[in-house]
Amino acid sequence: MTDQPPPRVRVTSTRRDAATRGSLRPLVRDLDEQSNLGEVYMSGLMSAQLRLALVVLTFGAVGLGGLPLLFLLVPATRSLEIGPVPLPWLVLAVVVYPVALVVARYYVHQSERIEREFSEVVRRR
Amino acid sequence: MNTAYGVVAITLICTVTLVIGAFGLRLSRTTSDFYVAGRTVSPHRNASAIGGEYLSAASFLGIAGLVYTNGLDMLWFPVGYTVGYVVLLVLVAAPLRRSGAYTLADFAEARLESTVVRRLASVLVVGIGWLYLLPQLQGAGLALRTVTGAPGWVGGLIVALVVVANVAAGGMRSITLVQAVQYWVKLTAIAVPAFVLLWAWFGDGSPAPQVASSAQWKEPLNGLAGQGHPVYATYSLLLALGLGTMGLPHVLVRFYTNPDGRAARRTTLTVVALLGLFYLFPPLYGVLGRVYLPSLPAGVAADSLVLRLPGAVLPGGVGELLSAVLAGGAFAAFLSTASGLTISVAGVIEQDLLRGRLSRVTGDDATVVQGFRLAALLAIVVPYAASRLIEPVGLATMVSLAFAVAASTFCPLLVLGAWWRRLSTVGAAAGLLVGGTLATLAVGVTVLAGPLDGWPGALLGQPAAWTIPVAFATAIVVSIATPGRVPRHTARTMVRLHTPEDLALDRG
Repeated sequence: MTDQPPPRVRVTSTRRDAATRGSLRPLVRDLDEQSNLGEVYMSGLMSAQLRLALVVLTFGAVGLGGLPLLFLLVPATRSLEIGPVPLPWLVLAVVVYPVALVVARYYVHQSERIEREFSEVVRRR
Repeated sequence: MNTAYGVVAITLICTVTLVIGAFGLRLSRTTSDFYVAGRTVSPHRNASAIGGEYLSAASFLGIAGLVYTNGLDMLWFPVGYTVGYVVLLVLVAAPLRRSGAYTLADFAEARLESTVVRRLASVLVVGIGWLYLLPQLQGAGLALRTVTGAPGWVGGLIVALVVVANVAAGGMRSITLVQAVQYWVKLTAIAVPAFVLLWAWFGDGSPAPQVASSAQWKEPLNGLAGQGHPVYATYSLLLALGLGTMGLPHVLVRFYTNPDGRAARRTTLTVVALLGLFYLFPPLYGVLGRVYLPSLPAGVAADSLVLRLPGAVLPGGVGELLSAVLAGGAFAAFLSTASGLTISVAGVIEQDLLRGRLSRVTGDDATVVQGFRLAALLAIVVPYAASRLIEPVGLATMVSLAFAVAASTFCPLLVLGAWWRRLSTVGAAAGLLVGGTLATLAVGVTVLAGPLDGWPGALLGQPAAWTIPVAFATAIVVSIATPGRVPRHTARTMVRLHTPEDLALDRG
């Protein structure tokens, strides 16, 4: 948030262009009217969010989707025991859930960060 | 088993549900009441409500029965149910809330600006809803027969009557609080007996599970080997559950009660936590079942294991009490999920399929409310009739088929709709049609003809792994071929779906 007042400037002459600052209209309007500039910002936001989504999904697909493959290719893991509990049971009945929660939390924080930055950039103009 | 306890528990749950439904009529009289209330619902309460509605017969009874029968591989079911919400969170939670859509048909119309796509989506919502209601009603019949010995058709009928009474009165669904309480009721009903049973198990010197061929039961890649292709079946199941959650009819409505996209994400995050917590318990019943009930009597469905286990571990009063608690929890699961589904299905039937026709037949005599009541009746009578005619194929199996259809139709629509600007009206319609037809055919063959052998059986029994890619490909290829049919206001819709609400935009 930029709540501080802008730095003082010594005015030395009249500002002839003061009345016609058309180029500095709020960026929100560009978004609203889908101008070229607005579209550039929108596609920036969407690709940032989509990239994040794909990173998270890839992690999930490799982590979770890799398990059947691991069991298939390394048969020893099927009956591996950690203490009294077999590894596949431990992973699928317990470990999956906290990991899913951590991944979801990471996603929520990151996507909120992207949106915050987007809002700041758009408001700055 | 002591019948009295069970009857008391089930009657209590049904009565409470009806009473709350009647109060709900007073509390939420107009749609605007509902919307205004929606703005004040916190993500945590909303998440409990989603959990309360989502945890169904398959979760409460089905998973334990599957783990008991088929072992480790069945753990993919609860994992998939939970992961589905992570996928939903990552791909569509915020855009769906920002779309302002109340039902899947609303989203289809808002994004694609086409009533044809809306119609298609409506038909699919009804189909998936019916497919999902079927196991709820079968589960209710099973639970009641196990607890009281009543014939199989009674339990389903009770659930159907309570749900229709409630939905027609307009209560239940509109009160987030009720569904939120349902989650905690179900969690308590499954967790407390689990702890008691575990304590008894430790007291007995923690004996090991008894399985005929323990390697198959204990190790992965065996349980889903019904048709001999366990690796394919595992992946296909995971895809169906992971991608199907976002397309279930009763899930999207709950997102509407979030104030904004950010809250929708936070709600989904909490849902993942609540579901993870609940799903720690059902597999315990499956494993303990192998310890104390190594074989079930002939003709007894494994889905009733949860209700039978306490009596086997602790014969006498404590076991009977725990059984009653579990039966009550199971009925809470049937009622809340069935209510949510019935409302969603009835809303679509009334709005998109019935309204015009009804006024033509009656000459505008029928009010919207009467139409809705008729729709609610239709919404539950059809699956009830089907539940009497179709041979049960197992609660969780049936539910996974509903997920497969949802994943092959609404997943492409929602994901491409939220992220791909070039999606055309024709492309979306083609994707829905092709995905829906293929998945429905596969489900139909599996349910009606029973499991087939070899690859055909594997491909039809778990169709998601091929129907989802085909549906996506159809939507994409047809969209690229018909660039002229991209909705006119796509750019404006995208602004609405993706910009944070703190920017003062025109949100239409």
